[in-house]
Amino acid sequence: MSAVLETSALAKRYGRRWALSDCTLKIPPGLVVGLVGPNGAGKTTLLHLAVGLLAPTSGAITVLGDRPAKGATQLGRVGFVAQDTPLYAGLSVADHLHFGAWLNLGWDERLAQRRIEQIGLDPRQGVRELSGGQRAQLALTLAVAKRPELLILDEPLSSLDPLARREFLQNLMESVAEHQLSVVLSSHLVSDLERVCDYLIVLVSSHVQVAGEIEGLLASHHRLTGPRRDLGTLPASQEIIEATHTDRQSTLIVRTDQPILDLSWTVEQIGLEDLVLAYMGRAASIRGSRPAFLRVQP
Amino acid sequence: MIEFHLDTRSGVAPYLQVVHQVRQALRLGLLREGDQLPTVKDVVARLAINPNTVLKAYRELEHDGLVAARPGIGTFVTKTLSDASLAAHAGLRRELLRWFANARRAGLDDESIEALFRDCLRSASGEEVA
Repeated sequence: MSAVLETSALAKRYGRRWALSDCTLKIPPGLVVGLVGPNGAGKTTLLHLAVGLLAPTSGAITVLGDRPAKGATQLGRVGFVAQDTPLYAGLSVADHLHFGAWLNLGWDERLAQRRIEQIGLDPRQGVRELSGGQRAQLALTLAVAKRPELLILDEPLSSLDPLARREFLQNLMESVAEHQLSVVLSSHLVSDLERVCDYLIVLVSSHVQVAGEIEGLLASHHRLTGPRRDLGTLPASQEIIEATHTDRQSTLIVRTDQPILDLSWTVEQIGLEDLVLAYMGRAASIRGSRPAFLRVQP
Repeated sequence: MIEFHLDTRSGVAPYLQVVHQVRQALRLGLLREGDQLPTVKDVVARLAINPNTVLKAYRELEHDGLVAARPGIGTFVTKTLSDASLAAHAGLRRELLRWFANARRAGLDDESIEALFRDCLRSASGEEVA
């Protein structure tokens, strides 16, 4: 099976500003992919390139082995829910389902009806009367009922309260289990995605900082604490993601596939949130807003 | 049927939490031979977790010979843990007591023993994850 999303040196420029640069990814099928980064990092740009709403400035992108939005078939294979789940405020729930059935080749009416009932929506209800959570659920239902192979969701959780978030993710995961969907969803909070994702992309200031299966990422990143030392003495196999020092102690986050043999380090596992924050911090320091790799605390 | 829960702050991988909860239910006799585990769809619809997490947990339990998947029907318990563990506990308990005595002899106080114990437990579960 071909990659769900494959990009090579993909880049997008708006005027003089690069919204996405040198983005090379290859995401295998059957995964739930979290795209994480601060606001303005380029997440929406990448997702819009994947659904064909934008054309790349340079580089290449294929989705499910084909050019994004190439034709009716390709459009049917990808479901997309844009940020803030746009719906037609003047229409009812039932109107939206009619619309879905009318516009999509592979529309699954039974699935749509079952989902609407499950969420507890009255088909006659106007979209204007729905809560934020219900609107998000309706938008998700529309995207799932077209029976796509890949579902792309742009910040689906950002405007939802904690209960609505949980309900949305329950519904989404049930769809993934039922239809073997691949999913790419973005968020500026990694904590939102931790339970549901098995693949992570961290995007900061238009560059991919790290991408990979979460299990592998957690297994290859460690926090090392020990007596203060010169970072030049570390083995070449250990990539330093973050380093802080006091006058006598060094604390590092390193990435390595090799065992850490140096007994002067205390080695700990790190959580996903710390891992993402370390890469975000590194990206910020490379941009020059913070001194690189050496923050000496008194 | 049992229900799973998830503690995202525990630092234990979610699939291992599911494995532990099944083993615990087997030990307590909440699950017996022939009982069905919740379907993957039911688990993810309740916990809002990735289906692959549940599949991985069930595969591990299957590998340990505790459950068997019947394609298209579900996953069923094939072995019970409730009686078997008691005898094993006695041996483990003896070994642990001997180890504690050794630690005391080496000059460790209770706090140091506890720290060492917890550290070893953590690195052992860490190795399990990796």
